Amino acid sequence: MKQKYNIAVTGLNNTDNPGPGVPVIRGLREAKDFDVRIIGLAYENLEPGIYMDGICDKVYQIPYPSTGSDALMERIEYIHNIEKIDVLIPNFDAELFTFMKAEKVLKEMGISTFLPTIPQFEERHKAVLPEYGEKYGFDVPFSKTISSLNEIKKLSDKFEYPILVKGKFYDAYAAYNEDQVIGFYNKISAKWGVPIIIQEFIRGTEVNVIALGDGEGNIVGAVPMRKQYITDKGKAWGGITLDDKKLMEITKDLIAKTKWKGGMELEIIKTQDNKYYIIEINPRIPAWVYLAVGAGQNLPEALVKLALGEKVKPFTSYDIGKMFIRYSMDMIGDISQFERLSITGEL
Amino acid sequence: MEKLKYERPVINKINAGVTDKFGMGHKIPIIQELEGNKISDLTNKYGSPLFVISEKKIRDKYNTAKQAFTTRYPKVQFAWSYKTNYLNAVCKVFHSEGSWAEVVSGFEYDKAIENGVDGKNIIFNGPDKSIADLTKAIKNGSYIHIDHFDELFDIIKLTETVSEKPKVAIRVNMDTGIYPKWDRFGFNYENGEAWNALNRIMLSGKLELVGLHTHIGTYIMAPEAYGVAASKLADLAINVDKKFNHKIKYIDMGGGFASDNTLKGAYLPGKDTCPSFDDYADSITNALINSNLDTQNLPTLILETGRALIDDAGDVIATVLANKRLADGRRSTIIDIGVNMLFTSFWYDHEIYPTKQTGSHSEDTTIFGPLCMNIDVVRSAIKFPLIQKNDNVVIKRVGAYNMTQWMQFITMRPKIILIDTKGESHIIRENETGQTLTAMEKTPTHLT
Amino acid sequence: MKIKESIAISESGFMFDPSTGDSFSLNQTGKEILAFLKSGKSEEEIKEIMIEKYEIDNFTLEHNFYDFMEMLKTFNVLTAE
Repeated sequence: MKQKYNIAVTGLNNTDNPGPGVPVIRGLREAKDFDVRIIGLAYENLEPGIYMDGICDKVYQIPYPSTGSDALMERIEYIHNIEKIDVLIPNFDAELFTFMKAEKVLKEMGISTFLPTIPQFEERHKAVLPEYGEKYGFDVPFSKTISSLNEIKKLSDKFEYPILVKGKFYDAYAAYNEDQVIGFYNKISAKWGVPIIIQEFIRGTEVNVIALGDGEGNIVGAVPMRKQYITDKGKAWGGITLDDKKLMEITKDLIAKTKWKGGMELEIIKTQDNKYYIIEINPRIPAWVYLAVGAGQNLPEALVKLALGEKVKPFTSYDIGKMFIRYSMDMIGDISQFERLSITGEL
Repeated sequence: MEKLKYERPVINKINAGVTDKFGMGHKIPIIQELEGNKISDLTNKYGSPLFVISEKKIRDKYNTAKQAFTTRYPKVQFAWSYKTNYLNAVCKVFHSEGSWAEVVSGFEYDKAIENGVDGKNIIFNGPDKSIADLTKAIKNGSYIHIDHFDELFDIIKLTETVSEKPKVAIRVNMDTGIYPKWDRFGFNYENGEAWNALNRIMLSGKLELVGLHTHIGTYIMAPEAYGVAASKLADLAINVDKKFNHKIKYIDMGGGFASDNTLKGAYLPGKDTCPSFDDYADSITNALINSNLDTQNLPTLILETGRALIDDAGDVIATVLANKRLADGRRSTIIDIGVNMLFTSFWYDHEIYPTKQTGSHSEDTTIFGPLCMNIDVVRSAIKFPLIQKNDNVVIKRVGAYNMTQWMQFITMRPKIILIDTKGESHIIRENETGQTLTAMEKTPTHLT
Repeated sequence: MKIKESIAISESGFMFDPSTGDSFSLNQTGKEILAFLKSGKSEEEIKEIMIEKYEIDNFTLEHNFYDFMEMLKTFNVLTAE
């Protein structure tokens, strides 16, 4: 009989800007080496994964990390007392920091996680990408963080137009001259504040890699993909696995050099002359993880094993030309489910 | 039949998307006492609102900070930042722990002297020092941190009339990779102004260059910025030694360490994200030890941290004046302390707690102060339990800046008490009365 | 003041208004007051019952009751008559 694990998963928001929770759970349910009982952790009461058949065995509401880690940990402890969680997989960017900080406390409770370290998490931020590229020897777009209009004048000898003008969190515009830079600077800073990131504009094709590092420099698995169609929110609705040796080398190299621990997604621009620029590093499993499962690499399963301290044999191949096509579907729910979740916080 | 415990009836709309806490059995924490003193006893004795300072918390915090630095660096000196909280009782607690005084005006300077601080243990910062202030500081052997060239020339000129040799440092501003860059204080590092000032001091031969000072900003969440700043000051010290064969005695890293309060607009609460003293100490001491400074002759490391040492030790007890519904149905609660006493509510989402057990229900609430002014908002949105008129609340972490920046406006400033390490309470500042104010007014005779 | 006919209040304190699709949560006292309103009791009768049952003075209850009714109006769960 296979071992059965209780696994808590967040990110059940399978909406038009989906979280990775549901695909992670699908991967876990298909795990070869163990069975699972899934405890869904939901922040909002309409996350589709709460209501989907065959996804969660039990769902609990949890408070937002913004409420403070005390309240969140108190809630996790309560759930743990009932459910005996073996592994917890957080899937939101906004909650990662809190869970990384709580890693030890969770471990003491008996809950395992497999997350990047705080220094790994911090050094890959958008605003410090140039330092990251220099430190580890990767091509990244040249960028500069500015906090006053005066600094724009000094940029002209460092950049060639067009350049990207980006907000700290959101918004990015391509500017073709200084006047436009000033215009976008004002527009973005009015909305999101300063600093503003000025980034070299790199022409090419965007490719993505999902990868899992064991924390000691070894890559456990990685699958590259190109988005085939993108929604107006910039999310892939279709993608295809690629055969790209260089992309895999870069991924392997990055994980080896940074000793990355946990899941990650690399966003890379491949230029006409075959150069690869890393434009973003997401510190968690991406929402398209089920494509990797479908292509032969069950990364969620591997992550659970790593979290439990088991040895994992690295994946060496994946199927090329596997595709994912996202779709939406209306489920039927009932007000009584909503009532139970709203009043008791459990479903 | 015994009657049941009552809770105000409440109805909340469940919004799709956002969850409510009560479904999760979340207990709203309450604060019933401060350092062993019941809230109701304190308000009965001293009235409301009431600022309460814990001597124990000050001493504990100070010792945590001190330990973080002294375990990493051989020579460490703290200097209490007067502007953060210059109540004499508070300053004296710090001085009794061994803190020097860090002052930024003649008024603060005199206060430090009156508090028994030796002139040689006073650091005089800031852009506003009069000739009389400077003369006094030079005579007392205090450390004068020069802010601008005009001040430097004033001091050089004073050496013609004052016999004591002035002990000076310069304040240096620099790019440490954080925003905003504070470039209005001191001399800039990157454009060579700081080096220029140091040369002028050394070449004048009339001043004793004792230290280098920086203060990179306020509420700095990035400890590594201090590391950058410490390396830059170390470089300046090394260059001075190379060119003039002169060793500076100290490097003053200023303050700016964050407290656990949550800045408005921050996603995660300050308690979860603010660096610890160990984080700051690590960054600063690593930078100094890894620099090319002579390890046999390391300069003393001075720290002027204010907020991070005192914020936690201050709480304020307030009383609910009224509960009321706004036009859109939102609940509002009016308490007896407003933004004129609680300046920090402009930049923090202060934690506010009830003082009595309530149910697990809460309502989205706006907490207003008592002023007849639209801007008097203590918390614009907080999930707050159902409390009644005359109930008390405790606003946490108000020890820094409030008791120095507060202003008399519409209402009078209340009492401040200190609870000593044995749990005894002492008034350390009386409440103002109408008399306090009118005593300073004068009415022209034709209006009498 | 009467509660809309179609409104359903469950034991858990959950209330659903089928005519608008809105959901609400109520605490114990709120739930009781609503149930009494729904059963046709007058405001005066309800207040008397509450005073009988709970540790509360007339004055505070009056105040809270008024506030609660205002909220019911805001949330549009009362009918006009």
